Amino acid sequence: MALDNAEILKIAKLARLQVNANQVDDYADSISSILDLVDAMQKVDTDGVAPLANPLDAEQRLRVDEVTANNQRDDFMAIAPKAEAGLFLVPKVIE
Amino acid sequence: MSWEIVIGLEIHVQLATQSKLFSGAKVGFGAEPNTQTTLVDLGMPGALPVFNAEALRLAVMFGTAIDAEIGKRSIFARKNYFYPDLPKGYQTSQMDDPIVGLGHIDIELEDGSSKRIGVTRAHLEEDAGKSLHEDFDGMTGIDLNRSSTPLLEIVSEPDMRSAKEAVAYMRKMHAIVTTLGISDGNMAEGSMRCDANVSIRPKGQEEYGTRTELKNINSFRFIERAINVEVERQIDILEDGGSITQETRLYDADKNETRSMRSKEEANDYRYFPCPDLLPIIIDDDYINGIREQLPELPDQRRQRFIDDYQLSAYDSGVLSSSRTMADYFEAVQNACGDAKLSANWVTGELAKYLNANDVEIENSPVSSLQLGQLLARIKDDTINGKGAKTVFEELWHGAEDVDAVIAAKGLKQVSDMGAIEAMVDEVISNSPNQVQQYIDAEPEKRGKMLGYFMGQVMKASKGAANPGQVNGILKKKLDALC
Amino acid sequence: MSYTTIAQLSQGLKDGTFSSRELTQDVIADIKLRDHQYNSFITLSEELALAQAEAADKRIAAGQAAAMTGVPIAHKDLFCTQGVRTTAASKILENFVPPYESTVSQLFLDTGAVSVGKTNLDEFAMGSSNENSYFGKVKNPWDTNAVPGGSSGGSAAAVAAGLVAGATGTDTGGSIRQPAAFCNLTGIKPTYGRVSRFGIVAYASSLDQAGPMTHTAEDAALMMNVMAQFDPQDSTSMQMETPDYTANLNDSLAGLKIGVPKEFFEAGLDAQVAEATMNAIKQYEAMGAEIIDISLPNLQLCIPAYYVIAPSEASSNLSRYDGVRYGYRCDDPADLMDMYCRSRAEAFGEEVKRRIMVGTYALSEGFYDAYYVKAQRIRRMIKNDFVNAFSQVDVIMGPVTPSPAFDIGSKTSDPVAMYLEDIYTLSINMAGIPALSTPAGFVNGRPVGLHIMGNYFSEAKLLNVAHQLQQVTDWHQQQPQSLQGA
Repeated sequence: MALDNAEILKIAKLARLQVNANQVDDYADSISSILDLVDAMQKVDTDGVAPLANPLDAEQRLRVDEVTANNQRDDFMAIAPKAEAGLFLVPKVIE
Repeated sequence: MSWEIVIGLEIHVQLATQSKLFSGAKVGFGAEPNTQTTLVDLGMPGALPVFNAEALRLAVMFGTAIDAEIGKRSIFARKNYFYPDLPKGYQTSQMDDPIVGLGHIDIELEDGSSKRIGVTRAHLEEDAGKSLHEDFDGMTGIDLNRSSTPLLEIVSEPDMRSAKEAVAYMRKMHAIVTTLGISDGNMAEGSMRCDANVSIRPKGQEEYGTRTELKNINSFRFIERAINVEVERQIDILEDGGSITQETRLYDADKNETRSMRSKEEANDYRYFPCPDLLPIIIDDDYINGIREQLPELPDQRRQRFIDDYQLSAYDSGVLSSSRTMADYFEAVQNACGDAKLSANWVTGELAKYLNANDVEIENSPVSSLQLGQLLARIKDDTINGKGAKTVFEELWHGAEDVDAVIAAKGLKQVSDMGAIEAMVDEVISNSPNQVQQYIDAEPEKRGKMLGYFMGQVMKASKGAANPGQVNGILKKKLDALC
Repeated sequence: MSYTTIAQLSQGLKDGTFSSRELTQDVIADIKLRDHQYNSFITLSEELALAQAEAADKRIAAGQAAAMTGVPIAHKDLFCTQGVRTTAASKILENFVPPYESTVSQLFLDTGAVSVGKTNLDEFAMGSSNENSYFGKVKNPWDTNAVPGGSSGGSAAAVAAGLVAGATGTDTGGSIRQPAAFCNLTGIKPTYGRVSRFGIVAYASSLDQAGPMTHTAEDAALMMNVMAQFDPQDSTSMQMETPDYTANLNDSLAGLKIGVPKEFFEAGLDAQVAEATMNAIKQYEAMGAEIIDISLPNLQLCIPAYYVIAPSEASSNLSRYDGVRYGYRCDDPADLMDMYCRSRAEAFGEEVKRRIMVGTYALSEGFYDAYYVKAQRIRRMIKNDFVNAFSQVDVIMGPVTPSPAFDIGSKTSDPVAMYLEDIYTLSINMAGIPALSTPAGFVNGRPVGLHIMGNYFSEAKLLNVAHQLQQVTDWHQQQPQSLQGA
């Protein structure tokens, strides 16, 4: 499956990755070749085979509803790129 | 052309757990920003979710209460999108296999009939944080206290045909979740939020029109107004020959209009897939039945009991059972005074009037159910009359505590002493010769109406404290004796 | 001369031949002196290590030492370590110092092991050569022109160079076993769910599993005794007792049924590697084991299925690196979108970006069923192949890699050629079974590994089988020429 440049740009935007004009061809080539590899699956008959998400087919354990965490805000704020008044700051969000 | 309105609601209910859906952080409103977060809620590298057993129990309780299919194998999926208040870059939700499947509730319409509304599904998901747009040097602040708070998203069928039905549905859902105790239902704090899918179609047409989604309508009042204003907008467009764009719109309560949310307009592709950090939730019949057996009395059952046991009207019973706090309040009043009808009248009348006028929820009423019960007991035992009771109620509303103390201080104790009333009647009669003469001259069937003047004078003389029934009887007897 | 093992260090500490502090000082000095040749470490935590060593010495003196108390080890820089920079070999976490500890590294702290630092890797564990690191390539101590394998290449090189006796790794598609094979080590990927993933920077959640990399099976067993614990913080961690993995190392292998899948020896396998592998397997006949030809018919499909599932999960797992709460944020973002797109584009490496895009595509509307769901169905077919095989045999053996360590730079221009290197290891992660690599000789001076695979939770049996081979061969004791006399 070959992806064209528009598709690469669409995926890149969904993934929030800036792709410059001079990189698009390279990505289109390499990602298309990966998809070619992957497309070997398509000729396999998988009818009646249930998808396997967890190799052990295990089930979810439940956590008792208890507050176990302490306030670690200062630790987390200390490693934030930009923080003020206990908040993480980001460029203005426009709704 | 005559249009039919089609409405479906998506209600997000915050579940009343102590800790978050996937972490041991405290759930709570109003804390200092980012103080109720763990590395899980912040989406730190290597953080992993572990599912809260209580959230599961509350979701299953809801499902059993609306007679829904319960998912014995439900799956968490990731809904992928970037937003600063979504720390992991995905919301953990449920897609293909939700915890609650098809169910239904009944709503009561204004004409007294009831209507069944389908519930498509209800699924568990985590809430996002909050973006604070106050100015931080032109930046937005992110508070993740709400991140990973457990939500139940309840999706209805498009079964509602008017804004009033939508409000009735929302009110019934509110009554159910608060009665179950699965949520505090506090809409002002966002514990219950509503999105409405609204479309219109020509009456008689089978296929649905293009719908718009109204986001985050956070009070009963706004649901009705937002839907109505959106319906008007859609009718205007279609009648002008235009077409409706499928989009997300925000209701602006100040301007009473809806507007397109351009930020949500970008083609989103959420890339749902099963969350590999969480495993299928498997529950069995024993688990479900154990929860079903412990269901409290539900709003519909309580409403029926009010009709059967208290002989209240269907309408009053519906109003009084519309929330757990309202129903509990009413029953406490009735227990204290022993008169269900009087209690119902006061709770839906005087109390409701004060609550509405002051925009106070019944759980925050300054007049407690016990106080109101005591007050009504004083009407019942003829200590005060209805007018005096309203005076006492006003005092209680403004902070007075003891009913009998207010009655005494205001001199509202009803005068039921025959001699005293007769004396007041005699005085009024002797002071009103003209009115007495008119009474005598009037035709007998018109005299009843003319009694009002004398009643007023006597009540005034008694400063409102005379027992009106007694005054009426004595007046009539004495005046008729003059004729 | 041969390497010093964890077992020997443990004995020396217990006997008082040396203290943990002396040992740790030597190890750190040695790393400072020699690691520039290999670039196996990203961060050394000297002060913390010495403090841990002193605490260990007190425990030893008090007679409260466990087997690994006082033994210096290193962690792949994917395990979050409180107060010690954790980078995942990415610019995006270049300055990330976690305020929390991964469960695995905490378990080593609890038992008194000393962590001297964090080892290099392919960025976010994506790679098979350790050439995809923001902190530079790692070189193979056996031949510094060769790659050490990946993604746990730093851990492999550090142990192979004798800098530390053991290190942790993680294995999503072969990232412990392939570098172990390339560097002549014992490396085990436990059963999915055996070792906690909490606090390990995630690559592909349903495939990731941590394990030890050591010289000997006995050392691997000692590390597994510490690492393999149930963790309530990881929903996929299995609630079960931890056996003593050293207890059955000496069990007899008489009657052991060894399955050899024909698909492991088909086209693409280097003839000399095939020969070395079969030679190693034949050693077991002398121990009374039976060799049985088997088939894993869907083996080839593991590559396409893996390169859907792993990138899909990765594309979602790596969305959290958005420049909001931690990690790299670009300079002067024009707006929110610019901040996201530039921060991620500037700070993720090419292979990481490629996999994110492949995964984003595979999950996107209209393609999800054809890619992700299809791959999960194939995943079950692969698992079923192994379930069938283990109804006939006790363990499966074959090569770990199609060839010995390749030259640095020889495959970097062609990602697909690099992916094909993982043909023998990927299927194990897809099925979730445990597997290890143990030294099996050399081809042109570069090590070859024997791949031993077992049924779910059979780690003790795999270590027993590897240990028995190590009793009758000395491949695992060989040292690179450059180290001899060092």
